[in-house]
Amino acid sequence: MNTENLIALLVAAPLLGAAVLLCGGRRLDRVGHWIGTLLSALSFVIGLVLFTDMLGKGAEERSLHQHLFSWIPVEGFQADVAFQLDQLSMTFVLLISGVGTLIHLYSIGYMEHDERRRRFFGYLNLFLAAMLLLVLADNYLLLYVGWEGVGLASYLLIGFWQHKPSAATAAKKAFLVNRVGDMGLSIAIMLMFTTFGTFAFGPVLESTGETSEGKLTAIGLMLLLAACGKSAQVPLQSWLGDAMEGPTPVSALIHAATMVTAGVYLIVRSGEIFNAAPDAQLAVTVVGAVTLLFGAIVGCAKDDIKKALAGSTMSQIGYMILAAGLGPIGYVFAIMHLVTHGFFKAGLFLGAGSVMHGMNDEVDMRKYGGLRKYMPVTFVTFGLGYLAIIGFPGLSGFFSKDKIIEAAFAKGGTEGWILGSVALLGAAITAYYMTRVMLLTFFGEKRWQPDADGNAPHPHESPRSMTIPMILLAVGSVFAGGFFSIGDRFMHWLEPVTHHDHGDSPLSAATVTGATMVVLVVGVTLAWFQYGRRPVPVVAPRGSLLTRAARKDLLQDDFNHVVLVRGGEHLTRSLVYVDHTLVDGVVNGTAASVGGLSGRLRKLQNGYARSYAVSMFGGAAVLIVATLLMRAV
Amino acid sequence: MSATAVHSLWTTAADPIDKIDAPKIEYGQLAPTLIIIGAAVLGVLIEAFVPRKFRYYVQLFVSVVALAAAFAAVVALAAGDYGTTKARIAAMGAIAVDGPALFLQGTILLAGLVAIFTFAERRLDPVAHGNRVDSFVAQAGSVPGSAGEQAATKAGFTTTEVFPLALFAIGGMLVFPAANDLLTLFIALEVFSLPLYLLCALARRKRLMSQEAAVKYFLLGAFASAFTLFGIALIYGYAGSVSYGTVAKVVDGTVTTVDPALAGTMGNDALLLIGGAMIVMGLLFKVGAVPFHMWTPDVYQGAPTPVTGFMAAATKVAAFGALLRLLYVVLPGLRWDWRPVMMGVAVITMLGGAIVAITQTDIKRLLAYSSIAHAGFILAGVIATTEEGISSVLFYLAAYSFVTIGAFAVVTLVRDAGGEATHLSKWAGLGRRSPLVAAVFAVFLLAFAGIPLTSGFSGKFAVFKAAADGGAGALVVVGVISSAIAAFFYIRVIVLMFFSEPKTDGPTVAVPSPLTMTAIGIGVAVTLVLGVAPQYFLDLAGDAGVFVR
Repeated sequence: MNTENLIALLVAAPLLGAAVLLCGGRRLDRVGHWIGTLLSALSFVIGLVLFTDMLGKGAEERSLHQHLFSWIPVEGFQADVAFQLDQLSMTFVLLISGVGTLIHLYSIGYMEHDERRRRFFGYLNLFLAAMLLLVLADNYLLLYVGWEGVGLASYLLIGFWQHKPSAATAAKKAFLVNRVGDMGLSIAIMLMFTTFGTFAFGPVLESTGETSEGKLTAIGLMLLLAACGKSAQVPLQSWLGDAMEGPTPVSALIHAATMVTAGVYLIVRSGEIFNAAPDAQLAVTVVGAVTLLFGAIVGCAKDDIKKALAGSTMSQIGYMILAAGLGPIGYVFAIMHLVTHGFFKAGLFLGAGSVMHGMNDEVDMRKYGGLRKYMPVTFVTFGLGYLAIIGFPGLSGFFSKDKIIEAAFAKGGTEGWILGSVALLGAAITAYYMTRVMLLTFFGEKRWQPDADGNAPHPHESPRSMTIPMILLAVGSVFAGGFFSIGDRFMHWLEPVTHHDHGDSPLSAATVTGATMVVLVVGVTLAWFQYGRRPVPVVAPRGSLLTRAARKDLLQDDFNHVVLVRGGEHLTRSLVYVDHTLVDGVVNGTAASVGGLSGRLRKLQNGYARSYAVSMFGGAAVLIVATLLMRAV
Repeated sequence: MSATAVHSLWTTAADPIDKIDAPKIEYGQLAPTLIIIGAAVLGVLIEAFVPRKFRYYVQLFVSVVALAAAFAAVVALAAGDYGTTKARIAAMGAIAVDGPALFLQGTILLAGLVAIFTFAERRLDPVAHGNRVDSFVAQAGSVPGSAGEQAATKAGFTTTEVFPLALFAIGGMLVFPAANDLLTLFIALEVFSLPLYLLCALARRKRLMSQEAAVKYFLLGAFASAFTLFGIALIYGYAGSVSYGTVAKVVDGTVTTVDPALAGTMGNDALLLIGGAMIVMGLLFKVGAVPFHMWTPDVYQGAPTPVTGFMAAATKVAAFGALLRLLYVVLPGLRWDWRPVMMGVAVITMLGGAIVAITQTDIKRLLAYSSIAHAGFILAGVIATTEEGISSVLFYLAAYSFVTIGAFAVVTLVRDAGGEATHLSKWAGLGRRSPLVAAVFAVFLLAFAGIPLTSGFSGKFAVFKAAADGGAGALVVVGVISSAIAAFFYIRVIVLMFFSEPKTDGPTVAVPSPLTMTAIGIGVAVTLVLGVAPQYFLDLAGDAGVFVR
């Protein structure tokens, strides 16, 4: 059996799970979560088989294709359901199905008391299927199907506890903001079709050389818009914080490890387009740089543990987008950081979920404190994730983030200096806010109190099904970066797809590493002085102007409200006015005149056979005369 | 005409006749018609000899078997390539056996079969004096409201003559689109019209209205027939023949002399043009095109509803078939004369039907005007004058007839104390009370409106495409505008059914026997199949789109 025939099964397994779980009804309530987890694991195992097979081949033969069927076979418009599995897709397949399976496992414990658990697993499976379709598609149209599919799953899962108005609103917000980005992707695909006459990766990406830069820039900017929506980058970042209303495993899987990185995948996959459109590429780096600071600043001010982590996610994806915008210098590191981030951020979220599980779903970090004694496993795994994300030497984040900072400097010129400095500054802020999260949660005094009903939280370690995934992810957080970097393994693995260029760095690697270490220490120390040395107030102090703004996500919602919502309302109102007066006027006028005509014509139908006969006679006469006239003319 | 010419006519006729050749009749190829006419004659005998108690059952059985057998014969002929390669003119040049004829005959037979089911429905009217009754009067000869009528009802009489009458009508309709000379055309016209006049008069309820409708239909029908007959005479004068093929050749100029006796009139184009226009007018009357449409609303409203459905569907199929053959086989040489005139007729038919329908308040009259608008749409396909035009019209007719019979069958179900509740105000809120019936009717209305995924859309698309390709783009524009106007009143009924409060004294929906259910079910099925997967049937109509000459 040819291994490429297995590719479709990667998608089919979770899709089957979603179908069975969502259509199966209550009969499956007792086993549903196992079905979902097993099918997810099956997908992972198939991924491993394909991976082993791929390792056995030469670098040039590693790209597999599977043509499943012709989707829309129309003259001049050929849409296929076909898959492409190369090193880039393989990386994603393993990350998605691997982390996905761990989070399925975790959810068994986490969602144990939820009576809609079967449906939850159905949605998770649906998400996996869509996400795998997204990374396995061999053309942009099929990718778009997956893109919309993950959007749908994300919407359903954010709003999973729809009885909470905040969750329902958050889901709607995520959906609406994502529509803007999706519009970008659809326009990009249409542009591709008009420019290249196809939207298959191969032909599109090979013929970038023969196309005008203007068109490529337009396509690139539209793809960037799409990436901004899905990956929560400025200016379409506002939905990610609210998306934390979803159950924590969802936040870990979709809004940290996988779906939000789809934008990075899109840009790296479309690398040839961006390489040939430097303006679009510059826009990508700007978006990445702005977002990495934006997210980091927001992360510093949030007291809600999940929202602080969401800010961090935004910021880390900013790093990836920045790296992806650097072109061949950065593609490999963008993906490498994406994978390591997938491990440690998923681990951090699961840790946060474990904390909340033990604390009656409390999310305010100011009401935690000193939890390390009560939840040792969570503390250790979360701590390893923390060390990884701040870039502690030897752990995953150290390798991947350091490379991005180096690559930013290697961009060269003023741009290189600016981007490199921003990346360094981001590293300092990352160290600061992550230390803050760590200190507020696990160190210091215990600050929890009974809630309004008098239920005091009894912090306890979570069950095995939750801790095992956390431990496995912690292992990944510790070793993945080193494993990838030693001997440039990851670079050689991905190079055939993304190509690589060392760039021309004005600073030596050692200097950059040194600088990173310095800002790391500065960030950690600052946080220690603020949150470690002195007791933390349970009620947040008023804070500086920046803090207050950052608490409100740097006023993004106010901005959106004033500019987009109000503006939109005004636009709608004026359109409604035009519609009512002008359009309706014309329409109603026409309708009234047709109606009047109808009323008058109706009177001809008077019921007398004699008038009917006259009408027929007249008609016949006209018919004859007209026929004769036609001959005469 | 000179005196000698007239004389020669006499002498020709007076020549001694040595022998008369026995006409050669291809019984196999005429089997569909022969089966139906035979069954109709058998039906008359049944009326004479079978006890009253069993007549209904025997008649229904004979009709259904005859229709099914005739349809099987049509299918067998089509399978034997009589629609394509073996198409021929049978019965000494009187009847054409070709693709359009077989397709239309098949359609008429199936529509007739479905209509017979609705004729036979006996569960809708309340049981009268212990007898189940159908939509037809107990005794047609009794004066409405008289003691005789009551006595007949009490005795449990039923007019089972409707079955042979319907079969005679169907027999005429089968010949009508296949007729290959003008006299056969005329005889077929009368054979199917006369039973229809009678059927219209047979309503059980609102008998005066029914009789009025029948008289109007008869008077106007006779008037139109007179035009047709006169037109035939003029054409004979022009061509010296009534055979389609010969007339066409004379029109083309390939044949110049046929009959020396007619030398004075032969080739006089005025005769041809006037005669052609008059025959066409007779056919336009049957399809209900403006301005020959005025009988339609009155007759549709007055006739028993099953008859209305049958008439609206089958008559239209037969008449359009005959019109197609006339225009495509006999008068293609006059295309540049009749096309502009027919375009005018199509435009006023589409617009007239759609506009006047807006202010209708009775569901049967509404459907009547709707049928007028549809006649206009079909005319657009006729005007295409291409093979595509023929097949699009064939498809449209097949699609339309099942929707029509189904829709009128639903109308029979909605009843109050006075029989069928046809006033639109009574249909308010029907969707709340009887969601299934209202939904089925909504499907039919959407099909009439030409909404995608219904047969109405496929059909309309086919005729408009044919018209546009045939160079009648303006007609398509008018067609689309009329469709928009028409959509208003179709959707209005849907809105009325689903979004209005039901009236407290509203009508009830009767539960029909499996007969009507079958009729409605077939209607829905055909509507959806032709809407969702029309390709097979489009191909079928496409293969049948060539007339034999």
